[in-house]
Amino acid sequence: MTALDSAPIRLAAPDTAAVLAALGSGERPRPQGPIAASATFGWRTLLRIKHVPEQLFDVTVFPVMLTLIFTYLFGGALAGSVEAYVQFFLPGILVQSILMITMYTGVALNTDIEKGVFDRIRSLPVWRPSALVGALLGDVVRFTLASIVVLGLGMALGLRPGGGVTGVLAAVGLLLVFAFALGWTWTYLALRLRTPQAVMGWSMMVLMPLTFGSNIFVDPATMPGWLQAVVEVNPVSSLVSSVRGLVHGEVVGSDVLWVLVWAVALVAVLGPLTMRRYRDRA
Amino acid sequence: MTAYVGDTVPAGGTAPGDDDVPAIEATGLVKRFGATTAVAGVDLRIPRGGVHGFLGPNGAGKTTTIRMLATLVPPDGGQARVFGHDVVRDADAVRARVSLTGQFASLDEDLSGAENLLLLARLLGYSRAAARQRTDQLLSAFGLTEAAGKQVKQYSGGMRRRVDIAASIVVRPDLVFLDEPTTGLDPRSRNQVWDVVRALVRGGTTVLLTTQYLDEADQLADRISVIDAGRVIAEGTPGQLKASVGSGTLHVRVLDPARRGTARELLQRVLGVPVTEDGDPAALTARVLGSAPAARALTALEGAGIDLAQFALGQPSLDEVFLALTGRPAEDAGTPTAPEARR
Repeated sequence: MTALDSAPIRLAAPDTAAVLAALGSGERPRPQGPIAASATFGWRTLLRIKHVPEQLFDVTVFPVMLTLIFTYLFGGALAGSVEAYVQFFLPGILVQSILMITMYTGVALNTDIEKGVFDRIRSLPVWRPSALVGALLGDVVRFTLASIVVLGLGMALGLRPGGGVTGVLAAVGLLLVFAFALGWTWTYLALRLRTPQAVMGWSMMVLMPLTFGSNIFVDPATMPGWLQAVVEVNPVSSLVSSVRGLVHGEVVGSDVLWVLVWAVALVAVLGPLTMRRYRDRA
Repeated sequence: MTAYVGDTVPAGGTAPGDDDVPAIEATGLVKRFGATTAVAGVDLRIPRGGVHGFLGPNGAGKTTTIRMLATLVPPDGGQARVFGHDVVRDADAVRARVSLTGQFASLDEDLSGAENLLLLARLLGYSRAAARQRTDQLLSAFGLTEAAGKQVKQYSGGMRRRVDIAASIVVRPDLVFLDEPTTGLDPRSRNQVWDVVRALVRGGTTVLLTTQYLDEADQLADRISVIDAGRVIAEGTPGQLKASVGSGTLHVRVLDPARRGTARELLQRVLGVPVTEDGDPAALTARVLGSAPAARALTALEGAGIDLAQFALGQPSLDEVFLALTGRPAEDAGTPTAPEARR
């Protein structure tokens, strides 16, 4: 018997009498309902973090890098001083960091499909979307972790949130809702595309314009008119304005409303599309 | 989107009164992938209990047929019922009664064997404590207690296959699809999987087994459907299939390679068929019809004082079955044919 790690696993033969006993003794409980099944699939995502902690690299190191680069490289030029820029920029980079890592949900799903586990999950008598809802919920834990990292770094760099603890928590909460909704874009892509690399590539192509074509980095007032119009309708701009507003205690209600409308719309459109693909995926 | 089945999940395996409903009933199943027709009109009627074998070369449509029956892909034509439930309209009822063991172990490789089983037990409705108990019971039955905490990616092929089968019986299924359960396994692991399959059948589960190996189908299956180019081209018991081929192979190794020439002439005279000399300097091979001529040949060798190191009467290979049924070797059957040629 071969094992990849040092100690070979000692192997006993299967005991057919015991297998027979196990077959006979098994009860037939009622399968989990939609919420419980989603929670169980979320637990699976967390178990994978436990076994492969490397996957936390992108939720910790990447946001830290982005924050440091932008703050020190452009902060002085864009806002006169690093401290001043951090107040403006940190809520934006928080959004950028979280949205960028949402794409790993799609990559993980596509990897699942390549392995047989996808088939086993689909052949279970549980509410079918629960596997995807659960994966997205499990990823919300990763997003929360990344948010803590970015906010902690921001505080160290001089961020002083006027909105207090409540404002910051509300900002993160809103961001997580939007990230969960955006995740359905990646699950849909994961079911349409053949390889995890393709999912990653397409996700970048969507995310780059979505995040850079927003008010994350600079005030759109300096942009040409047509670009201002694009930035204006970009849901990420509403999200950034809301998060910024909540963090600093000067939130505009219509921004928050728009974010929620977009989140509902994303799930309402991409959820069923994803599930149709999920059902028919050969 | 399919609805959650909730209260409609049947409480037991076989509801009284539907005993006469066959495990699987399919008519004219068709599945196309783009221009390729993977399954070109499969008809099946598989009764409850026992093992039904799907025998065919790679790419014959075995796996696609199973995936349609297991509700994983919707058919493009025809219909199928599993225990009387339509695989498209009543997919949840089918899913509640079947389980699937894939060609490549369908497990989460990042998780441990125990976690994989625990996950399924929870999803299938066991309470936390009961799920733990059931997991331990299955791990011990399959001889995996030692490996329970290790990630599945560290398991050998045989161990993966066992966890996979254990995962399929967390709740006792009425029908198990075993898709090439022993491909790539060493002989010992293969025998162990066979033992487990037999135990499943004794426990009352119907098994649909796909395999590329005739001897595996012979060992396990009560009936076999031979599949080629997306169609069932023959069906019967292993005995009937072999009879349709009508020959086996006698392998002989003489103790003294110097006497191979003498032995060869003798065998040709007794058997009346050509005897070929193999690469092995002591080995001879001849096609024989059944065991009687083989016995005569061995007696003749003994009478001539030619001692044997080894002899074996081999079953006809899948190749020979295919040659007899289709007039061409199995390797050709595996290559994609134009869709019009298949219909």
